[in-house]
Amino acid sequence: MPHFQSILHPAGIQAARVSHLWWVMFWICAAVWCAVALGAAIAIARGHRGTSMASERQLGTSVAIAGGISVVALVALLFQSVVTGRALDTLHSPDALVITVTGNQWWWDVQYDHPVPSLRVTTANEIHIPVGRPVRFNLFSNDVIHSLWIPNLQGKIDLVPGRLNELWLRADRPGVFRGQCAEFCGLQHAKMALVVVAEPSDDFERWLAGNRAPAPAPITPEQQRGKDVVERGPCAMCHNIAGTQAGGRSAPDLTHVATRSTIGAGSLPNTRGYLAGWIADPQHVKPGNRMPPPGLRDEELQAVLAYLETLK
Amino acid sequence: MPRNTRLCFWLGLTLALAVGCEREARRYQELPASANRETAVRVGQLEPGMPQMRAPVKSPYQNNAWGMGEGKRLYGAYNCAPCHGVNGGGAIGPALIDDKWIYGASPDQIYATISQGRPDGMPSFGGHITTQQIWQLVSYVEAMSGQVKATSAPSRNDDQMAALPESRQSKQVPVQTGHR
Repeated sequence: MPHFQSILHPAGIQAARVSHLWWVMFWICAAVWCAVALGAAIAIARGHRGTSMASERQLGTSVAIAGGISVVALVALLFQSVVTGRALDTLHSPDALVITVTGNQWWWDVQYDHPVPSLRVTTANEIHIPVGRPVRFNLFSNDVIHSLWIPNLQGKIDLVPGRLNELWLRADRPGVFRGQCAEFCGLQHAKMALVVVAEPSDDFERWLAGNRAPAPAPITPEQQRGKDVVERGPCAMCHNIAGTQAGGRSAPDLTHVATRSTIGAGSLPNTRGYLAGWIADPQHVKPGNRMPPPGLRDEELQAVLAYLETLK
Repeated sequence: MPRNTRLCFWLGLTLALAVGCEREARRYQELPASANRETAVRVGQLEPGMPQMRAPVKSPYQNNAWGMGEGKRLYGAYNCAPCHGVNGGGAIGPALIDDKWIYGASPDQIYATISQGRPDGMPSFGGHITTQQIWQLVSYVEAMSGQVKATSAPSRNDDQMAALPESRQSKQVPVQTGHR
């Protein structure tokens, strides 16, 4: 996917400001580098000619001019940086979409707030947002300091245990963007990613309504068998599937897991084969993650896969 | 430095560092062989005649800081805390930081208690959580009353602590009571 995760291809007003600052810094620093390189080249070409009082005075003037230019360039960069920093925090809007993101080792818990608790939507490692509407992220952490960074949409901000941090952003064009943890948080920090889907308002509302529904009931006997294994076996102790007996809270919510594009927080594509490999031995793909090998028999694993595929 | 002294120094340093290996070993996938045993576990002390000879069972994570840390996390995740207390001080379930043991203090007895459940409220976790996780909980339960080395027991919480960490828990000498 082109520009899937790139600060230089902004898809939102905040990222555009960050990108603008980056280019301002790039061109100023490029000009300074060129001037210094040119000066050095001229000096080398001219060679040593001895000194006289007149050239000493000349030298003093040159140094003063160079010093002045440096100060102006640095102040300009500082000014631009402060202006951008302030602008990044000014999306405050009463009709913003509020999403609570909680960092865990090593996955993202995502909750769409709603005054009615039953209408809240909980998902993981995938965030859908409407294009053109400001979004406020309430950021928490359950264990260590993480950092949320979606380069195409905003700068990064830390998720600190015991503290609420806020991040505002607005997507101005639809697209699929990759975000990742940007603060070292332990062994699998590198495999703590998330997918952000910016989509037109109608599509977003449809997605949200679909995710508000409890998990669909299994149809075939194999799917029913899979549900039994999930509810009676080890899965239910950590994972939640709304509308079933699985009510664990310490692992990603699986109510609509089949609609997500990745598993293991962006570690693998969400296909039946990868999912089978993940469930059979999660420690092979992402050593150290909190999911133990559940020790399912072949037939149980196939049934669980059949059931998980229905969770749309 | 004479050659022998230097040799002794490096040998000593290697040994000192090797001590830390077991403490830090992270066994993500497999359990040590000692954990896969199938023996009858006794929870009482009364036996007809002379008590039978039994080889003591060691928890596979007894001196393993990682396993105990995972046990501490699971103690919260699997709702041990509401009954046994956040710091193990007890509530509607018995306290875990004292010297009183109703169904035995040895690792295999603790394992059986978690796996099988016990009358009057202790749920049976066998089949719901993995063998590995039960052993991690066993080690953490041992650490709560100071049955393990202080150097490998958890020394801090992720959040504010209301009680001393497990590593500073004074060692309780287990007493088998058979009742609360």
